[in-house]
Amino acid sequence: MNALAARRRHPAAIAVLLMIGLFLTGAVYAAVAPEPADATSLALPAQSVEEGKALFRANCASCHGLNAQGRPTGNGNQIAGPPLAGVGAAAVDFQVGTGRMPMTQPGVQASRSESVKFSDEEIAAMGAYIASLAPGPAVPDAEAVDPTKGDPARGGQIFRVNCAMCHNFAGSGGALTRGKYAPSLRDVTGKHVYEAMVTGPQSMPVFNNANITPEDKRNVIAFLTTIDQEKAPGGMTLGSLGPVTEGLFAWVFGLGILVGCAVWLGSKAA
Amino acid sequence: MTEPTDRPADALREGDSAPQAPASAGARKIGGLAGWVDDRTGAAKPVGYLMKKVFPDHWSFMLGEIAMYSMIICLITGAFLTFWFVPSMGETVYDGSYVPLRGVLMSEAYSSTVHISFDIKGGLMIRQIHHWAALMFVVAIVVHMFRVFFTGAFRKPREINWVIGSVLALLAIIEGFAGYSLPDDLLSGTGIRAMAGFVQTSPVIGTYLVYGIFGGPFPGEAIIPRLYSAHVLLIPAILVGLFTAHIGLVALQKHTQFPGPGRTNDNVVGYPVMPVYAAKAGGFFFIVFGVLTLMAALVQINPVWAYGPYDPSPVTAGSQPDWYMGFADGALRLLPGFLEITAFGYTLSLNIIPGALLLLPLVYVVIGVYPFVERFVTKDEREHHLLQRPRNAPVRTGIGLAGATAYTVLMFASANDIMAIKLGMSINDLTWFFRIGFFVLPPIVFWVTKRVCLSLQRRDREQVLHGRESGTIIRTPDGRFFERHEAELPQEQWLLVQHEPVAPLEIEPETDEHGVARPAARKDRIRAALSRFYFADAVNPVTPAELAAAQHHGHETEAIDAPRHAGELESAEAAETAGRR
Repeated sequence: MNALAARRRHPAAIAVLLMIGLFLTGAVYAAVAPEPADATSLALPAQSVEEGKALFRANCASCHGLNAQGRPTGNGNQIAGPPLAGVGAAAVDFQVGTGRMPMTQPGVQASRSESVKFSDEEIAAMGAYIASLAPGPAVPDAEAVDPTKGDPARGGQIFRVNCAMCHNFAGSGGALTRGKYAPSLRDVTGKHVYEAMVTGPQSMPVFNNANITPEDKRNVIAFLTTIDQEKAPGGMTLGSLGPVTEGLFAWVFGLGILVGCAVWLGSKAA
Repeated sequence: MTEPTDRPADALREGDSAPQAPASAGARKIGGLAGWVDDRTGAAKPVGYLMKKVFPDHWSFMLGEIAMYSMIICLITGAFLTFWFVPSMGETVYDGSYVPLRGVLMSEAYSSTVHISFDIKGGLMIRQIHHWAALMFVVAIVVHMFRVFFTGAFRKPREINWVIGSVLALLAIIEGFAGYSLPDDLLSGTGIRAMAGFVQTSPVIGTYLVYGIFGGPFPGEAIIPRLYSAHVLLIPAILVGLFTAHIGLVALQKHTQFPGPGRTNDNVVGYPVMPVYAAKAGGFFFIVFGVLTLMAALVQINPVWAYGPYDPSPVTAGSQPDWYMGFADGALRLLPGFLEITAFGYTLSLNIIPGALLLLPLVYVVIGVYPFVERFVTKDEREHHLLQRPRNAPVRTGIGLAGATAYTVLMFASANDIMAIKLGMSINDLTWFFRIGFFVLPPIVFWVTKRVCLSLQRRDREQVLHGRESGTIIRTPDGRFFERHEAELPQEQWLLVQHEPVAPLEIEPETDEHGVARPAARKDRIRAALSRFYFADAVNPVTPAELAAAQHHGHETEAIDAPRHAGELESAEAAETAGRR
C-alpha cells in the first residue's frame, strides 16, 4: 500500500486511473447489460396467403394500408408506407428478413436490425400474400445465391462499376443525401444481397436481369463473401473507409505515440 | 641519418637531418583512421566543431526530427519499392496470388503494386511503412511549424529558414500526392481524374495544360511514368537539397532556446552533440522507425487490392485524398455550384478554381510571408534567439489558431460523407455547418485565444506581484481574514517577467517640419493601424519598480483584493491607527 501511496502523484497516475475506470465500466456494462428480448414467435404450421394477409393486417397495415395499397400521412406528399402490389416476395423477404420492417419509428431510412421480428415461415407467408396481389420478383433459390458457384474476380468488377459508388469499394457503406445512406454490405447473406438487387429497396435502384445477369449477381455475392472471409492483409482495416480513417489514425495514434516518446526522451537527463 | 652512398653530391648532405615535422597537423592530433581521413579531406575541424556544438533541450524541438526521420524512412523504403514497381500503364492480366483479382485486366503499375503486396517477401510491410511514414512526415511538418510559429522562432535571423520550411511543406504534400497516384488503383486513379479536372478549370489554358500533362486526353498512357519520375527523382532531390539547407541554417544560426535562468539572447544552454545528442537523436531515429514499423505491422493502409484497378467509369464512395490534401478537397465540397459562370460561350468554373487552383498556393504563400508581415508591423530589426511563450504574443497566437481553425474546417469538410454515416447525420447539414463554420469559427477562435493569452499574462503578473495563492486562509487575532501568498522562487519569477514590454508604434506626423507631406506617411499609417491591432491591449511584464512597490506594501499579508484595493486598505488602516492614537 505504501508503494501505491508513493506513486499516487506520478504523472501517469491520472491516465492509469482513467484506463482502469474505463475498463471496469466496460466490463461491468458487458456483464450486466440487458439481453435483447427474444421475439417469441409462433411457428405457423403452413404458409398461406391467408395467414400472410392476417399477419400483414396485424403488423404492416398501419402504414401500408389494409390492402397494401399504401397510405398517405395527409401531410403534403409524405406517405406513411408505399403500395406493395408488385414488389414481390423478394422485397418482403429482404425488408422483414433483415429486420428493416416493421420500422420502429418513422425516419429517413429503415436500418438493418439484428432483431428480426418474424420467423422464416411468417415471412414466407407474408411474401406469399404480397406476391398474390401482383406478380413481382420471387425469393431466389439457394443455387442462385451460392457464392461457391460464382467468380469473385468477375464479381469484383461488376461490384466496382455498379455498387461501389454508394456502398464503397469494400462494401463498408457510404453517405447519401439528407441523412440517407447506403448500408454496409459486410456479413449480409447472399440471398438478401440478391433480393436487394432485384427489388431496389429504399434509395437503391433496381438491377434487373437485363442490367446484371443472374450469373453476375451470383458473382457479386461470391466477391462479397470472399472479402468477408478474407483475413485483412496488412492488419486492422480501420473500417475500410479509405484515407480519412488512416489520416485520423496518423494524427491521433502516430503523432500521439511519437510525441509521447519525444517527451519521454526530452525528460531524460543527459 | 642519410645512408652513405657512392654518389659524390651526397657528401654535401652530410649532417643533414630528416624532416622533423610530422606528416600533418591532423595526423598528430587524432591519429589512426580519423587522422588518415583528415589528411585527405581536412574534415577534423568542421566535424569537431559540429560535435562540440551545443543544442538546447526540449521535447518540442524533436518534432522536426520526427519529420526528418520519416523522410529518411520514406527514402529507404521507397528505394525498396522501386525494385519491383513497374511505372507503366501498359495493360496486363493479373495472375498472382490474390484470388479476387485473378484474370482481371489492369495496368502494369497496379499489377506490380499488388505483386509487391502479396508475392514479395516483406513487400506489404515495406509498402505500409512507406505510406505511414509519408503521412507522419506531413503530420510532423505541421506540428513542427506550429512549434516554430507559436514560439516566434521565425523571427530575425530565421526568416529565410521559415520560407525554406514552407516550401518543404508544400513539396512534401505534392510528393505525397504523386506517390498516392502511382499504384493506379481505383482511388488513386480517381485522384488523377480529379487533378485533370482541376487543371482544366484554369481559364483559357486549361485544356492545353491537361493535354500537356497527360500527353493527350485523359487518361492516356503517360501520366504514371511522368508522376513516377517526379516522385522518385525530381521532388525528392529538391526535398533533400532544401532540407540540407534547412538544417544547415539551424547549425549556422544556432538553435533557439526557451527562456529561463541563465539563458540569454547571446548564449545557448544545452548539451553538445557528442555524446549527448548523437545518442539522443540517433536513438530517436530508431524510435521513430520502430513506431512506424509497428503501425505498418498492425494497421492496414491504402489496401490497393481492395480498391481494384483504375477504370474511368467507376468511383467508390469514400474517395478522399490522403489527409494533407483534404483541405483542398474540403473546399471543393463546400463551394456552391452556382458559382460556375457561362458567358459568351466560355465557362468559368468559379465553383472549382478557388479550392482546386488557388487555395494550395495561397495557404503556403500566407504561411511563408507571415514573418515579413510581423516585421513590417513591429519594425523589429534585432536578432532573436530566445523563444517567446505563446501567451506573450497574444495576437500572433490568435492569428495562428484562427488560421489553423479555417484549415481544419476545410479538412474535416472533406470527410463529410464519412462523418455523415458514422455519426448518423445528414451530409447536407454537415456541409452547411462547415460552410458557415469556415467564416464564423476563425474569428471566434482568434478572439477567444487572444483573451485567454491576455488572461494568462495577467495571471502571470499577479503571480509575480503577489506570489502564488496558497489556498491557506489565515485569521488574524483581530478577526480579519487573508489568504497567505507564497513567494515565487526567483527562477520561476524570471520566466514570468523576462519578455519584452510592447506598445503600439507611435504614428509619425504626416508632414515634416516644413509642412511638406512625407512620402512614407501612408505606409506608416497602415503600420500604425496594424501595430494597434497587435499591441493596443498588450499586457506587459512586471517592471522591477512595480515589483518593489508590491513588495513594499505587501509584506507577508497581501489582501485578497487587487493592489489598488490593498492600497485603500492600507490608508484605511493608517486612519484607524491615527484615530486610536
